[in-house]
Formats: sequence, structure tokens, C-alpha cells
Amino acid sequence: MLNHTSLTTLFLGRLSWNALPLHEPIILYTFVGVAAGGIALLGAITYYRLWGILWRDWITSIDHKRIGIMYIILGLIMLLRGFSDALMMRAQQAVAFGDSAGFLPPHHYDQVFTAHGVIMIFFVAMPLVTGLMNFVVPLQIGARDVAFPFLNNFSFWMTACGAVLVMMSLFVGEFARTGWLALPPLSGILFSPDVGVDYYIWSLQIAGVGTLLSGINLIATIVKMRAPGMTLMKMPIFTWTALCTNVLIVAAFPVLTAVLALLSLDRCIGTNFFTNDLGGNAMMYVNLIWIWGHPEVYILILPAFGVFSEIVSTFCGKRLFGYASMVYATVVITILSYLVWLHHFFTMGSGASVNSFFGITTMIISIPTGAKIFNWLFTMYRGRIRFELPMMWTIGFMFTFTIGGMTGVLLAVPPADFALHNSLFLVAHFHNVIIGGVLFGMLAGINYWFPKAFGFKLDAFWGKCSFWLWLSGFWFAFTPLYVLGLMGITRRLSHFDDPSLQIWFEIAAFGAVLIFLGILCFIVQLVVSFLRREELRDVTGDPWDGRTLEWSTASPPPVYNFAFTPIVHDNDTWADMKKNHYARPQEGFIAIHLPQNTAAGFVIATLSAACGFAVIWHMWLPAAAAFAAMLVAVIVHTFNYDRDTHLSADEVRKIEGSRTALLANHV
Amino acid sequence: MLTMKRLLSRAGVLLTMSLMSGCDLVVLHPFGAIATQQGHLIMISTFLMLLIVVPVLGLTFFFAWRYRASNREATYTPEWDHSTALELVIWTAPLFIVIALGAVTWINTHTLDPYRALRRSDPTHLLPAGSHPLVVDVVALDWKWLFIYPDQGIATVNELAAPVDMPIEFKITSSSVMNSFFIPALAGQIYAMPGMQTELHAVINHTGQYEGFSANYSGAGFSGMHFKFHGMSRADFDHWVERARSGDDALSRDAYLRLVQPSARDAVHRYSAVAPGLYDAILNQCVARAC
Repeated sequence: MLNHTSLTTLFLGRLSWNALPLHEPIILYTFVGVAAGGIALLGAITYYRLWGILWRDWITSIDHKRIGIMYIILGLIMLLRGFSDALMMRAQQAVAFGDSAGFLPPHHYDQVFTAHGVIMIFFVAMPLVTGLMNFVVPLQIGARDVAFPFLNNFSFWMTACGAVLVMMSLFVGEFARTGWLALPPLSGILFSPDVGVDYYIWSLQIAGVGTLLSGINLIATIVKMRAPGMTLMKMPIFTWTALCTNVLIVAAFPVLTAVLALLSLDRCIGTNFFTNDLGGNAMMYVNLIWIWGHPEVYILILPAFGVFSEIVSTFCGKRLFGYASMVYATVVITILSYLVWLHHFFTMGSGASVNSFFGITTMIISIPTGAKIFNWLFTMYRGRIRFELPMMWTIGFMFTFTIGGMTGVLLAVPPADFALHNSLFLVAHFHNVIIGGVLFGMLAGINYWFPKAFGFKLDAFWGKCSFWLWLSGFWFAFTPLYVLGLMGITRRLSHFDDPSLQIWFEIAAFGAVLIFLGILCFIVQLVVSFLRREELRDVTGDPWDGRTLEWSTASPPPVYNFAFTPIVHDNDTWADMKKNHYARPQEGFIAIHLPQNTAAGFVIATLSAACGFAVIWHMWLPAAAAFAAMLVAVIVHTFNYDRDTHLSADEVRKIEGSRTALLANHV
Repeated sequence: MLTMKRLLSRAGVLLTMSLMSGCDLVVLHPFGAIATQQGHLIMISTFLMLLIVVPVLGLTFFFAWRYRASNREATYTPEWDHSTALELVIWTAPLFIVIALGAVTWINTHTLDPYRALRRSDPTHLLPAGSHPLVVDVVALDWKWLFIYPDQGIATVNELAAPVDMPIEFKITSSSVMNSFFIPALAGQIYAMPGMQTELHAVINHTGQYEGFSANYSGAGFSGMHFKFHGMSRADFDHWVERARSGDDALSRDAYLRLVQPSARDAVHRYSAVAPGLYDAILNQCVARAC
């Protein structure tokens, strides 16, 4: 018979009022701020009667363009959170010297750096990359949507729910204090008995389902849905990099899922995969997580390479130099990314031959990467370079990333790594390639494709402010870390004894402030561009004199993307069509089949987040209920036969006719 | 105008120098033979890579400026997208550098392998045959370092000493979570892992006091997990050992089980004797049981 206590435990698990961080003023003020902002936002949505639009056009939308945009919004919102963590770390390290303990005790500081890493990789970089691929790939290959539109919506909401769980850990309970990879034994139940690591595990598991499904979706889209004539070697480079990235996702993410599942078994039911006792081996976790982790780096950087390839060719007004070698370089990187994982732990005592092998394979990756840099360089050679915002980000990238690549190869030399591993030099290196590569790439891509998505360009002045602040901020923030690394200073320290180091951390903090201003300028850029949207309006659909298919349709594209499926003769399809005086068809429209919106993705993902939350707190009864509800929702959705809709030929004619009129007025 | 420029550039140089003089790049200028070779390797590798990085950066800025849209003098070839000769250069130039760097890597990874016993006390001095290294068993605890000297029969917490020019053989493990044993002035780091043993062979060539710490985050007390490493003359070292032996606190198994309780920023402590087989028991995670 159940008594009162055990019933409460079954319902509430370890959740109690103590989980609310009422004693931590920083978090309390943040919570008050977030709550006030959230209430204001909800109020505004209600006041302007936007709930219907939000639900119909966005939350339940299965249009790849809208889902892509939602991914990017998610990434940008999470960037604000991840960057707040960065500012707190920079501030702490700039003041915590000698007698001053700084303002963050280790208990809080250790959560901050863990959350910073997790959020920046999983909930900033990944959504930005996935969002861009979602928006651009179907347009570039002349498709009407992705292969599985409902799955796409579901993937997005799973990723978003993972992000929600991470955010909840800020206010209910706490986050992991283990570093972003949660390496055991530290992340085991013995050394991390609280909910932090469980938040980590379940937010990544839920978001991971979304990432994996979206990977499958985009592979199927690229393989099966290209316009007629677009052979593999006529695909735009961005689509190529998207294909390789999604192959990497499908091959790598199940490893992460499996290793986190094993860790949660260790924590929950007392297995001994990674414990110190009973034959457990923490090294196995380190190997497995990096077998996912290293390809993950290329999952992020390859699409950025694709973005730069598109931009360089467009803004130099020139065909991309060495298309074939660009494709081969991408594929070689894809394969080699699986052969280097051990370089993350040369210092864990492997033998010299093993270390040399992984060091040299790592260096070999720099050959195709170098070839890519040269290809962009020779695309600029004898071009007519227009220094619009996307091109400025590209030049900033080429300069920054080349240096980041060099320090990366240096770290691949095992004896050098023995001296630099885990140091601030390493921190500077990976920020050098992730900010200088991935983030610059995403910001370049956002500036480049924004007019396609919304029909007006982004404001150039605030864009330039943002660019210069980001670029100079980056170098101010991370050059001192390179120096400190060479002084033998290790990472993740919340306090320093040696006061002579302080100046370097102050410079780094100044750099972080510059980046903060860069982010502010980016937000101002969005607002100003929206206010000036009539001046910045692009009616042609081709504001940059683009070269690939997405620029052949309207901005923003109609829901069906292309009234007629284009036929491809050249890899710069749109440039080729323009050269041959392509005329838009005005007649012969037929009805277009489109998938129907559905709430199923949102509902199932929300239930899975509820289930995850319940499991984190050991609320077994609610967890079982949420899981059962999720199964019911899945089954109900399979019996939903009302999934299709048709846009009649008349409606298509009307949409295309209004564009014809617009184009005629413009010229 | 020219003098103004010169003044500015001088001010820049001065500023950089004053900043750099305040900092001690111990990784590049260490005091032990192994770390010195690692520092050299960092310089050599960087130089090899600069051979290609500098031209790339130079060309980036040169092309960006030369082929700007407003420069109508510059040649414009919108259809040119392939050159076999250029492709060959693009792929082979980095390849040759990687071959060179790969060879350097292979050789140095083997010669500087932390498991490899030293044959020289510094590049010019071969050790006499039959000489024994100083053995130190290192245990990372939450959050302090225990050093056991099996041949001297003493142990210390948060203090390490060794005579100059005498090879040291570290055997390294951890009691609970992963740490990394790192003395930048002496040699590169190696992880300290529970239930596992890693090794490090190194030598210190100059007397002095150097920083040692954990280079892998290990929990709340991680930031305070440093110790001082003293490079001493042989006589000073013997004296130091004698002083430790003359104390009356022995490291029994019970004392170890008290020591192992988590604590941060512990003061230096010396044990005059060590329970036999303690290090092996720690390594096998069985101090509390009989083993």
C-alpha cells in the first residue's frame, strides 16, 4: 500500500521548492528580467492578435522556408543566452585575482562554462546551420519542399524543446558542472548526484532526435529531389556541403545518443559502463564522445564553407574556381573527419605510434581545407569584387580562419599538444575556427539570403558596424588567450593567484565587450532594416546578381517555390539562364500539390520535453503519463489522412501574375 | 608625416614589448630538457606552416584590393574557373608541408614519448650506464596532489622536489576523477586517471621554484589545485628528504583515507613514512579493503 510520502515521490520525484534558486541573486534577477520580457512578449502577441498567425503560419507550418527561419531565430535567441555566459566568464576571470574571489563561486561558474559550451554548439551553431540548410537547399535544387515536410516540423520542435530544457535548468534546479562533454567519472552519479547532468543528458537526447531526423530528411531531399539536369557534379557547392554534413550527422549522432544513453543507465539504474568500479572504463566514454565530437566540428564548418563558396562566386561575378576540386575536398574532409578523434586526448597516455597516426591524419585534413582557401582566393583573382556585407564577412573569415587552422595543425603535433592541451591556447584555437569559421559563415549567410527570405536587404551601415566590432572584438578577446596559453595557463579556472596575468584577461574582457556591441549592432541592423524595408525592398528576387536557382524565384518565394520545375544545364544555373535570356513562363500553370499544416510535430515534441523534465526530476508517474500521451499522439497522427492540399491553377496564375506586374513596374 | 608614422610604429612596438616583457612564455622558454624540446617543436612547426600561411594571407588582401569592383584597370575573366597547373600547386604545396611536418611529428612523438626512459639529462649530456631515475608516484586527489617517493620512503602533499639534471620517472594515477599532471617548466602534461596508470619521464635542468597544477577540470576545487615544484641541487634535495623523514606523521592507509576526503587549497604537508604497497592499492582502488 502506498503511503502519502511515496505517492508524493512518485509525482514530484526530487523536485521541491529548494530547486528554485531563490538564494542566487544573479539568477533571480535574470529570472525576473526574463519573466518580465516574456510577459511583455505574450502581451504584445495578444494585443496585436497574432496568436492565430503564429499558430497557423509558423508553429504548425511545414514549409521548409518558415522552418528554416524558425531554426535561425532559435539559434539567435540562444546566442544571446550563450553569450551572456561568455560575458560572465570573461568578467569573472578579469577580476578574480589574489584575494578577490570574483562574483561567481565555483558552483555557479562551473555551470556557466558548461552551459556556454553546450548552448553554443548544440543550440546556436546547430540551429543556425540546420536553419540555413533547410531554407536554402530546396530552393537551390529547384524543389518545392524537403522530402518529408512533417518530419521537418517535428525535427525543429524537438530541437527547440531541447533548448527549452536547457533554459529551464537555469531557473529550476541547476545545470551540469562537468564541462560541455560531461566526461565521467565526474559526470557519474558519485561525483554529480544532482539534476545538472540529467538536464544535460535529456536536453541533448531530445534535441538529438531532431538533428538526426533532419539529417535523414535533407539527405533524402538532396538525393531524390534535384531538378532535372542537376547531376551531382552540377549541384551548387552549398548543397554539396549540406549533403556531406547531413551524412556526417546521420553517421555521428547515433553515437552520441548511445553514449549518453549508457551514461544515463550508469546514473539511473547503477550499471558500470564508465564508473571506476566493477570493470567500468571512463576512457570508453572519452573515445565514443569524440567519435561523435570530431565529426561534429565538420558538421558545423562544412556548411559555412558552402556559404562562402556561394558568396565568393556571386560577389566576384565569376564562376567558382576549381568546382570539382572543391567537391572532392569536401568529400575528403567528410571521410577524414572520422579518422582523427584521438587528437582530442593525446595526453591520455596512448603510445607514440598511435599518437603520431592521429596527429598526421589531422594534418592531412589541412590539405583539402587549404585547397578550399586557395579556390576562394583564385575565384577572387580576376574577379570584380563587390564588398557588400556577405563578402566582407567572407574576407574576415579567410583571414581569421587561416590563422585558426594554423594553430589547429600545431595542436595536432602530439609533443606540442602535451604542452598546450587544455590550455587557453586551445580555447583560443577552437574559438578561432568556430567564431571565425562557423559563426562568420552563418552571419555571412544570413546577410546573403535575408533578402530572399523577407524581400528586403539588411541595412548596410549597421551591418558594417556589427562586422567590424565582431572582427576586432574576436581578436581582442582571443589573442590574449593565445598568449596566456603559451604562459602555461589552463582553462576553466575561476580564480588566479598570479596578478601579472590580470592585464591579459582584462584585454580579453574588453574584446568580449566589443563582440557584445557587435551583437547589439546586429539586432539594431534587423530593426532598422525592418523599419526601412520599403527603401531596401528587392522586387527582382535577385538582389545580388546571384548565380544559383534560389535567385530565380520571387523574394520571398511563393509557398510552392517554383511554379515550374526548372531544368538545369550548368552548375551556375541561374547565371546560365540569365545569360541565355531566360523568360519566365506566363501561361500553362497547373494545380500544385502541397502538404497540409499539422500540429502533430509541436504536440509530440512538447510531450517529449515534458517526459524529459519528469525523468530528470525522477517524477516517474508524470514521466510515464507524458510518454504514453506521446505514443497516443504519434498513433493519432498516423491515422491523419488529411495531409494534402492543392493550390489551384488559378491561384498559381494569380500569384505569378502579380509578380509579373511587379517586375514590369520595376523595369 | 613620415616622422609621425615612425613615432606611431615605435609606440606600437614599445607597447607590444612592454606587454610581452611582463609575461613569461614558459611553454616556449622552459627549464627542463623535455619541455625545451617541446617548445622548439612548437617554433619549428609554426615556422613550417607560416611558409604557406603568410602567402595566403598576403594574396587574400592583395586580390581583395586589386580586383575591387571599382578598379576597372584590372582584368576580369568571369568564365575562367579552371587551371590544371594551379590546381596542382594548390594541392601539392600544402601536401609537401604536411609531409615535412608529418616527418617531424613522427620522429618527435617517439623521441618525446612520455613513456620513454631518458638517456640524456640534457641534449649534450649522456647519462652514465646503470644510473637510476628518481621515482615519484603521483596521485591526484580531490583537490590536491599526493607525491610518494618510494625509494626515499616519504610522501608530500602539494609539494614536489627533485634534484637538477637527474631524470625523474613519474607514475601517475588518480583517486576519483580525471586530472592532468602538468608542470609547464618541466615537461608536457599527462592525464591522471582513476584505476589507470600513466607515466612521464622528465628532467629539470635549472634550480628554482616552478608552478605545477591540474590541467583538466575536476570539480569545485579545481582552481586551487596547484603545487610548487622545486628544482634543487643534489645536496639540497637530500636535505629536503631528511627533513621530511624527521617528521612524525606517517602516511598509513587510515591517514590516506582521511586525506582522500575532498578539500581545496590544502597547505603543504610532509609524511615521514608511507605504508607499504599504498600506491598500488590506490591504483587498484582498494585502499579501504585489504589488497
